This record gives sequence, C-alpha cells and structure tokens, in this order.
Amino acid sequence: MSERSMPRCWNRESKPHRFCPGCGHGLVLKALGMAIDELDLAGRTVFACDIGCSLLAWDFFTFPSLQTHHGRTTPVMVGLKRADPDQIAVAYMGDGGGYAIGLQHLISAALRDDPITVILVNNTVYAMTGGQMAPTTLPGQKTETSPFGRDVDATGIPVKGPEMLKAVVHPEAYLARGTVAQVLKLKKAIQKGLEAQMAGHFSFIEALSTCPTNWRTSASATWAFLEKEMGDYYKVAELMH
Amino acid sequence: MHSWKVVVAGEGGQGVQALAESLALAAFRGGFEALYIPNFGIEQRGGVSLAMVQISPKAIGAPKFLLADLVVALSARSISRTRQYRGANTIFIYDSSLVKAPEISDEVVGLQAYDTIAPEAFAERTAYHEEGPVKELRIARSIAIPAADMARRELHPRVFNMIILGAIVAVVKMVTLEQVKEALAEKLERRFKADPQLRELNFRALQLGYEQVAGPVHTAV
Amino acid sequence: MPQTARSEQRSFMTGNEVVARAALAAGAEYMFGYPITPQNEIMHYWRRLAPRYQRGFLQTEDELSAGFACLGAVLRGKIAFSATAGPGTVLFQEPLSMAEMMRLPVVVIVQQRGGPSTATVIYSQQEVTLTCFGGNGEGLRLVYSTSSHQELYDYTIKAFHQAWRYRFPTFVLGDGYQAKMREALFLYNPEDRGMGAVPARPLLGHKGSNGNGEPQLHLRNAFSVEEELAEILRKHLADFDEAAPYLEEHEFIGEPGANLLVVAHGIVGRAAREAVEELRREGKKVNFFRPLTLRPFPEKALQQALANSNRSMLVVESAQGQLGSLCRLASGHEALQRFDTFYRPGVGITTEEIREAVTL
Ligand SMILES: Cc1ncc(C[n+]2csc(CCOP(=O)(O)OP(=O)(O)O)c2C)c(N)n1
Ligand code: SF4
Ligand SMILES: [Mg+2]
Repeated sequence: MSERSMPRCWNRESKPHRFCPGCGHGLVLKALGMAIDELDLAGRTVFACDIGCSLLAWDFFTFPSLQTHHGRTTPVMVGLKRADPDQIAVAYMGDGGGYAIGLQHLISAALRDDPITVILVNNTVYAMTGGQMAPTTLPGQKTETSPFGRDVDATGIPVKGPEMLKAVVHPEAYLARGTVAQVLKLKKAIQKGLEAQMAGHFSFIEALSTCPTNWRTSASATWAFLEKEMGDYYKVAELMH
Repeated sequence: MHSWKVVVAGEGGQGVQALAESLALAAFRGGFEALYIPNFGIEQRGGVSLAMVQISPKAIGAPKFLLADLVVALSARSISRTRQYRGANTIFIYDSSLVKAPEISDEVVGLQAYDTIAPEAFAERTAYHEEGPVKELRIARSIAIPAADMARRELHPRVFNMIILGAIVAVVKMVTLEQVKEALAEKLERRFKADPQLRELNFRALQLGYEQVAGPVHTAV
Repeated sequence: MPQTARSEQRSFMTGNEVVARAALAAGAEYMFGYPITPQNEIMHYWRRLAPRYQRGFLQTEDELSAGFACLGAVLRGKIAFSATAGPGTVLFQEPLSMAEMMRLPVVVIVQQRGGPSTATVIYSQQEVTLTCFGGNGEGLRLVYSTSSHQELYDYTIKAFHQAWRYRFPTFVLGDGYQAKMREALFLYNPEDRGMGAVPARPLLGHKGSNGNGEPQLHLRNAFSVEEELAEILRKHLADFDEAAPYLEEHEFIGEPGANLLVVAHGIVGRAAREAVEELRREGKKVNFFRPLTLRPFPEKALQQALANSNRSMLVVESAQGQLGSLCRLASGHEALQRFDTFYRPGVGITTEEIREAVTL
C-alpha cells in the first residue's frame, strides 16, 4: 500500500484526527497502522495509549483500544497480555510517559521480557501539558521549565532509551529508533517489533517526532529540528544483540 | 452603577482570549473589580474558544454565570455555542461579514499572536457562515457588525477582532477606549515597539468598531 | 536580595501566578514539581522567577519523586513546596503519609481538576477527601480552601508559616478556575505586615551552612509493636487537637433566627455568598458558612452557625458529598432539622443555581 492512503485498520469515523497540524503523532500511528495491516493483525490487536498527546488516539483504530494513566500503559498491557497471550498488546506513549514517570515499568517489563510492543514518541517535550522539559529535551533547548535552555549540569543528559534498554533486554527482544521523517522505515521497525512479540519477546520502538505547537516552529523549522538537531543526537538504528 | 457579565466566543486563532483579557485588564486599570476566565481543556483543539468577563464596582461572586448581559460571537459556530447565555436582557454582538474569518499564521497583525492558552491557536476552522443572519426575538438588542468585511476593506483582515472590541467598549461603557488602548499597549508592548504601525492599525480598528455602535466620534488628532 | 513584592501593590493576574509570587514572598526556597494541568504555570512562573531570588527548582520524574524530594529538603531545613492536581494528588499521598508520621512541614498547592482518574483538566472540588485524609493514617494535615486570589496569596504565605510552626504537612486547596482566572489582589511583603520569617530549621543532618544546633537524630518510621505506634500516634493526635483552635478558620454571614444555613467552600463559596446576600436583601432568613480550613474543620463554629439557622443546612459543592460528609460529622450529636444538598461533581456552580436550590 502506498504511503499516502489511509491504513485499513484506521477508524475512518475518527478522522480527521485530533492532533495539531504538523504533529508527528499521526505519522507514527500511520506507520503502526500499515504494520498491522501488512501483518494482518487488526483482528488480534489491543491498543493502549498513555496520557499525553497520545490520549488523542483513543479511538484512532478499528481494533479495541483504551486510555490508561500517565506513565502506566506498560503495566496495564503486561497484565492484559498475561491474562490472554493471544492478544497483540501495543502500548503507545510519549517520552514523558515512558522515560520519566513510567520508566520503572518500562525497564521492569524489558527485564522480564514481557511479550508486548511499546511504541514511544520522542518529541523532546511534555506536549499535552504545554511544553515542559522532558527527559529527551536536548542540551540548551528552551522549554517552559528550562526557559534559559536545558542545563545538563543541573538536569542531566537527555536519555537515549533504546540504548539504555539494551543493557537489560533478552537477546531476542527487539529494540529500535525510527523517525517520522522516514515513515516506511519506521513501519518496518514496528513490524519487527510486533513479530518479536509474536515470538514471545519484548519489543520497544522509539519514534522521533514533531511538536510544532510547543516548539513554536514554522513547518520548515519543525522539519529542520527533527532531522538536524534531533537526528544528530538520537541515531536512527536497530539495536540488536 | 451597572455591572457587566460578558461572554466572548469564537474560533481558536481569532484572539478571543486575548480580547476578553484586554477588556478585563482595562476595567481593572479603570479601578473596577474585574474577573476574566477562559475555558480550557483537551477539547480546545478544534473547539469553540470561549471566555467570560465580569466588570463591577463591587466584589465579584462566582467566576461563571448562566445568563450574560452581553454576548459576543466572532464566528458562526460560536453563535449557536453561546445560545445558552442569551436571555431577555442580553445584548448580542456578532460578526455579520460575508467573508471568512482570517486564518492564523505566524505573522498575525491583530491580537492572535500573543500568548493565550496554547492549543487555542490550532483549532480547526469550519465554514464561516453556516447559520445565516441571526433572528432572535428573546434578546434585548442585537448588533450586527461586518467586522471581517470592514477590516479587509478598510484596514487589514487580521484586526477584525479589534473592531469587535471597539464595539464592545461602546456598549459596556464602563471602560473607555483610552483604557483599552492602554491595556493593549501593555499586553503588546514588545510587538508595538517593534512595529509602531501595528499599534496604529489596532487602534484605528478599535475606533472603527466603537463608531459602529456609538456613532462617529470626533477626536482632536 | 531584591524584594519579591512592592508593598501593597494592586495587581491583576492568574491564580497560578499568585501562588508562585506568594511562595516567593513567604521565603520558600525550593520547588520540586512535575507538570500537570491546571497547575503548570505555578511551576513556570517559579522557574522563571526563582534564579532572580536565589531560589531553587527541580522538575522530577514524577509526583512521588517531587513529594519525597520535598521531604528531603525539609529535613535539611529548607522551605520546600510543590504543586499538583488530580492524579498527581493521588501520587502525593505516599510522601504525604511519611510527612504526617514524621511531622515534616512540606507545603503542597492543589489545583483540583475533575476525577476520578485523568477525567478533566478543568475544575472540580473532588480532591477534598484525598487532600484531608488521603494517607494510610489519620489525616494529620492542615488544609486551607481558598476562594479568591487575595486568599490564595494570603493563605499560601500562611501555609508555610503554619506548617513549620505546628509541623504538619500543609495544603492550599485551590481549583482549575482559581488557577486560570484573572482578578485583582494586593501583593505585599509579609514583613511589612509584621510577619516574621517562616520558622524553618534543619531537622536532620550535620551542622553545616544552615546554622547551629542541628540534631544528630536517628529518625524512625517503622515500629515493631502496636503499642509503640499507638503511643506515637496518641502524641501526634493530641498535638493536632491542641493546635486545632489556633488553626481553624471560617467565614460566617448571618444572625440568630434564620431558617437555613448555606455551606460551601472554595470558589463555590463565592457563588453561595452572593446567592445568600441577594436572598437576604430580599428579606429571606438565610445564613452563610464557609470553612476556610477543611482540616482541622471549624466544628464549633459550624455548630454555632447551625444553632442560629434552625439546625438546617444546604451543602453546595462541585463533588458528590465530600464537603457534605465533613459537615455532617461536624454538625454535632443533636439531630439536624434538614440536610439538603446541591452536589455537582466536577462541574462549576453559579450564583443563579444556588438561589434556585435554596428552599425555605
Ligand atoms: C500522575 C500524573 N501526573 C501528571 C499528569 C499530567 N500529564 C498529562 S500528559 C503529561 C505529559 C505528556 O508528555 P509526554 O508523555 O511526553 O507526551 P506528549 O504529550 O509529549 O506526546 C503530563 C505530565 C497526569 N496526567 N498524571
Ligand atoms: S501539542 Fe504537539 S504533540 Fe500534541 S498534538 Fe499538538 S503538535 Fe502534536
Ligand atoms: Mg513528549
């Protein structure tokens, strides 16, 4: 299927979607939709979104979905998967949800090799709450809670999630970082993640994404920040053992 | 002395919140009690933006109210969205232009650019004139102002909300045009400094709207 | 150090900015916070203003961390605080339970939003029970419920003083409306009104930059036998009861011989007050009561007000009976003539609605 048309598993009644113009969330969900279409998993998938802008996707697909709590999507899907291993469990969250408040859950699920697929949208900010610093905010980047630029001496360095998880995952778990600048490649990564889940392993895909609203950027500046600043710091890659 | 309960509603990006806030600030500077409250929330993306302002010589009670003394609707959708606030004593100002409301952009001239609650600026647009002219018998008085048309014809499309604000001032009377100008200058200080023409444009729009309601005002220039 | 407020300056701002300025004026030294609507701007203002006054800020990884970091700072004698709402208030219960047990004077501003769970980011009065009694203990907390920007300023400042004076964790309970609306208030320097410094002092650690006499303590939070715990609790509860008369605050409008007492707190108190004042101008015999402290609750004052109102009350709140149950408990042993309610969980209440709810 082409990159332009709507994935089959998208819920047409909830389109156009609720994200701001230029938001990357829609592209990540497009990659997810295409991956699910191609693996023909719509009949088995359960999608859970975190609280963050991801919550706007609560009725995004045709398959069953739910909103959980901020940071708690991973353990909810761990429970669901353990209750019924036939379900394909997708936990969808932001970088605040996954790397700050929900980090212990993410690491613990990875340590246990829970067979779920976690998709984390890295937009370098807490978007839903109006643009505060996130664990992924780049050095020097201005946000509402780093108004003079992120000071890494005081707040630490931006987290590289897949690299961090590599230290704790099972050898057959799947880890990758993709970007909305390359949707087809991102789709491929998500597909491999879903396959890892079906093979009984944990999978985690971070997607570099855009937030023009909180970055306060024009279309071209948004794209430049994604590809240049973010791309320089966060390398798009598969992190295999 | 009278007090006013005002509802202002419009599409995101029309500067509804900024307009309401400036009105309240002007009243505060004029020595009155003033209270401004925005509506906010997740649904703001794509929703009608609504603000409430109260002006009174005495302490103000609840921040929200059921019936307004003045309802201002900047878009067609907000005409129906504000229906609940209109009663037998309500004055109703609405934009009756034939053109669509201006779109938002990074270089807006009117009030839209300065900080209102974040998601507001990204609301979706709908067709502007889905409802036709307003015929409501229940209300006290209805004032149609073709603000967007006037702004486009006489000034600049983006200052249409200032024309509406001028009309509000002419109705409310507890604040003067001067006080509103000061409030605007205070809020937009940096942008006015950077571009003195902007200031002139906004003030002329205010005056134009005021005269739509109050009749021509001769000021020594 | 520059002054945080010009003396008696009339200003027009949002409630979140009011809180940030009050915390500065009170001499708060450190804020640990985590974003959540509708309190975000407290953090934003504090983050921008703090460096100018040599105050600290850290955005933590969640509310548990923010709460416990506050405890750590307080133990070293720093005047520390946080601000939160909704699901964040839920997470604050764990550190706040520790604060209750160890009598740690942490201050938390709560801007209530709709619940349960994520619900709305807008407004409610549904965090009353949680804020008063949320821990796994006895609710040894001080809770102020404000109804205007002036009170938000006054009681945020007061919260720091009372927390450190009485050593109970202290809350200022606001809501989304108060957070986001703009109105006028007087800003002032507490010193200009004769208030001294917040009596903060280190509670644990080595003698250091904080001055002298720091106790070399071994603080304890776990007990092996029931009796040991009972003894500690007896003391805390006695302290709380003893302090209560000095802490309780309320507002009352009316006189003996009325037929009904309208009770509301926080922002709903404004609507209720306005409704009662209108009705009284029309000759109706209605009184008004507003608890300013929800913990400890102004019990005696409520009972007195009920005695003046034919032991009949109408409780109005944006929750399903959270204030209502506090009022019932506080109303005394004698039976009530009437207990009417106007509950609107998670929804704002207007003056007009309260007028209609009053039946005489
Ligand atoms: C316990 C709790 N704390 C805080 C919040 C407020 N909150 C909602 S969304 C959000 C941040 C979202 O940021 P992120 O996870 O990066 O997602 P994004 O919006 O950027 O996609 C926060 C802190 C909450 N809902 N629950
Ligand atoms: S605020 Fe940012 S992340 Fe959220 S929908 Fe808008 S652009 Fe997307
Ligand atoms: Mg994010």
